[in-house]
Amino acid sequence: MTPKRKQRLMLVMFIVVGVSVAVGLTLFALNQNINLFYSPTQIAAGEAPQDTRIRAGGMVVEGSIKRDPESLFVSFDVTDYDKTVTVEYVGILPDLFREGQGIVAQGALNEHGVLEAVEVLAKHDENYMPPEVAEALAKAGKMPMPEGQEFNK
Amino acid sequence: MIIPELGEYTLILALCFAVLLATVPMVGASRGNALWMDFARPLSKGMFLFTLISFLCLSWSFLDNDFSVVYVASNSNTALPWYYRLSAVWGGHEGSLLLWVLILAAWTLAVAIKSRNLPQDIIARVLAVMGWVSIGFYLFILFTSSPFERYLPGFPQEGADLNPLLQDFGLIVHPPMLYMGYVGFAVSFAFAIAALLSGRLDAAWARWSRPWTSVAWAFLTLGIALGSWWAYYELGWGGWWFWDPVENASLMPWLVGTALIHSLAVTEKRGVFKSWTVLLAIFAFSLSLLGTFLVRSGVLTSVHAFASDPERGLFILIMLAVVIGGSLLLYAIRAGQMRSESSFGLLSRESLLLVNNVLLVVSCAMVLLGTIYPLIVDALGMGKLSVGPPYFNALFVPLMAIMLVFMGAGVVSRWKQTPMSMLVHQLWLPGLCALVLGLAATWLYAGELQAWVTIGLVLAWWVVLAGGRDLYNRLRHRREKLAGLLKQTRSYYGMVLAHLGVAVLVVGVALVSIYSEQRDMRMQPGDSITFRDYTFIYEGNRHVEGPNYTSDQGQIRVMLDGKTYAEMKPEKRLYTARGNVMTEAAIDPGFTRDLYVALGEPLENGAWAVRVQYKPYVRWLWLGGLLMTFGGLLAASDPRYRKRRAIAAATS
Repeated sequence: MTPKRKQRLMLVMFIVVGVSVAVGLTLFALNQNINLFYSPTQIAAGEAPQDTRIRAGGMVVEGSIKRDPESLFVSFDVTDYDKTVTVEYVGILPDLFREGQGIVAQGALNEHGVLEAVEVLAKHDENYMPPEVAEALAKAGKMPMPEGQEFNK
Repeated sequence: MIIPELGEYTLILALCFAVLLATVPMVGASRGNALWMDFARPLSKGMFLFTLISFLCLSWSFLDNDFSVVYVASNSNTALPWYYRLSAVWGGHEGSLLLWVLILAAWTLAVAIKSRNLPQDIIARVLAVMGWVSIGFYLFILFTSSPFERYLPGFPQEGADLNPLLQDFGLIVHPPMLYMGYVGFAVSFAFAIAALLSGRLDAAWARWSRPWTSVAWAFLTLGIALGSWWAYYELGWGGWWFWDPVENASLMPWLVGTALIHSLAVTEKRGVFKSWTVLLAIFAFSLSLLGTFLVRSGVLTSVHAFASDPERGLFILIMLAVVIGGSLLLYAIRAGQMRSESSFGLLSRESLLLVNNVLLVVSCAMVLLGTIYPLIVDALGMGKLSVGPPYFNALFVPLMAIMLVFMGAGVVSRWKQTPMSMLVHQLWLPGLCALVLGLAATWLYAGELQAWVTIGLVLAWWVVLAGGRDLYNRLRHRREKLAGLLKQTRSYYGMVLAHLGVAVLVVGVALVSIYSEQRDMRMQPGDSITFRDYTFIYEGNRHVEGPNYTSDQGQIRVMLDGKTYAEMKPEKRLYTARGNVMTEAAIDPGFTRDLYVALGEPLENGAWAVRVQYKPYVRWLWLGGLLMTFGGLLAASDPRYRKRRAIAAATS
């Protein structure tokens, strides 16, 4: 092999090794950090794992919001109009969080089947519903459709 | 009132111009018909003119509060101040696409005017490719998302108001800058396709493409920085990068664009990496289109997801397939004809730039994977999932750290062949100094050596000092140092500024990521909290009336060393037209730290949830972005790109 070819081969090897290491690490990191979405029905049926970071969502049940008078602790129920799941959260809720609003919470289920959320998301457009929530509601056959309005139009 | 109809008709006229622009000069170029090729410039001007008229018509409808136009009625309101009514033009899906085509037409016009010294057939082909791209977007607007549709016969007397998040200076400037960047890569793309079509992929081609690519990249950098700044103060919670799919959509073309700029430099100077450069140009633009698809199709959960319908997504997906498929096919046919004009050693500036290119492209691929993985899994029916920020941080940060190491070495290395001994000789001192200064700075700032902060600061010093060594090399043999400084080219100083920007950005990222502090509290009037030397005293709320909102304004007194340092007034606004609630944070900006206070929600007994944050060096993020932007613009303004000798090189 000429020295020049040897150099080229080394360069190619370097790139190939680098890329495969990168791909391996990427897939590993990806598997560690995916958060699956579960609807309240799936959680009630015990399909969701405990103590693993998951996402859950639905509509906030009217009258279910309870605040602790001394701290920022808050608990509320989300529903897909079939089953409900209780969410507990400490912190500041987003501006659009209110009763009857579709939300997505990220957190882990504890042994009582309560979602201990680390993040609560409500989107900025009142006609916009997180796609996961919309689909979960549609599956339960409970898509609320106010007259003359459509979600995600 | 026929203004909206006029807008629609001029848009159709612009489409006709685009069709002519896409065909006549292209046919002319392949047949060598000079007359047909000469049509390219006037057609570009016409396309721009009619698109501009169309855009002005929509703007007029907004200023005039013409609520018979659906788009105006759903994005504006009589109570909105005039400047927000104007920026509301691009506050929704339809109008922002109109802005997109206006900018595309403006870039086409700029290429038509600014390229007097390019060979006729090249310019005809470049403009024709711009015409093809334009056709796609005009059709998209006219068929799926016309902003000129009317409510007839009955129409609302009052508009639904602009989304309050968008009633802000940041939104006035962020989308136009970002689009300038996205669309600017269409020019690099057009140059690459024109070069493939003509079969003349030489150094001259790279020289023509370079200034345009640099300008596009500079605008994209600015757009991303503005977006991050806007998210920081307007979304209300002090984050500056969320790995949100739409942020990723703008980061991906940026990463590939950065690789493209460097690869173009190698192609121009050394005549190698040609096919790689062409591929990068194709991918930079394809990723811009993919970004548009991700944002517009509503497939993603994101702050940016405009409520939209699948038909639009399908259209963009088809367009994406045509652009990527078509250009890759052309590439496959023509790539065999490309010849390297020189060779290079294993250790040389070429190879170091190649390593940086590979790292940038790998980072981009990894961001792409994380962004579309949920879509793919969903499409396969394997469940709904999202990929969290830890994935991106775990991969992106180390990759960028490696890249910074090579960045320092690349700057001092030489073309063709760089002996290892020379690199060591030149870089041992900057390396040692960077290590000492980085460790010292970390220790002085924090009193500890947190791993990532130390790595970040050492690498930032490394980039700066290696750049300093390069400047020293350039001036070493000159007797007049000052004259020597003035002798350096603008593109050199552009590179220096941009690399300095990277260093500043790295310092900002490292410090704000690790040393931000945050307290969420329930506060009653009279309550206070102390941290980081500052005492925040909550003094209650006041009612404030704005033009189209009412607001609860918190009064927070900040004390430093027993004296009043500042009054901060975070607000909770209620926008009356839609009944939206919005958090308006109060920020005390500073060069080395921001104080950030936001109101959460009202609690019982007059108490409020309050979030207080201390953000060290957060301004350095955007300062770094600005430096990179100016660097890109400065490099593009280098007079050598406009010299007549470009012709000689091209026609020889």
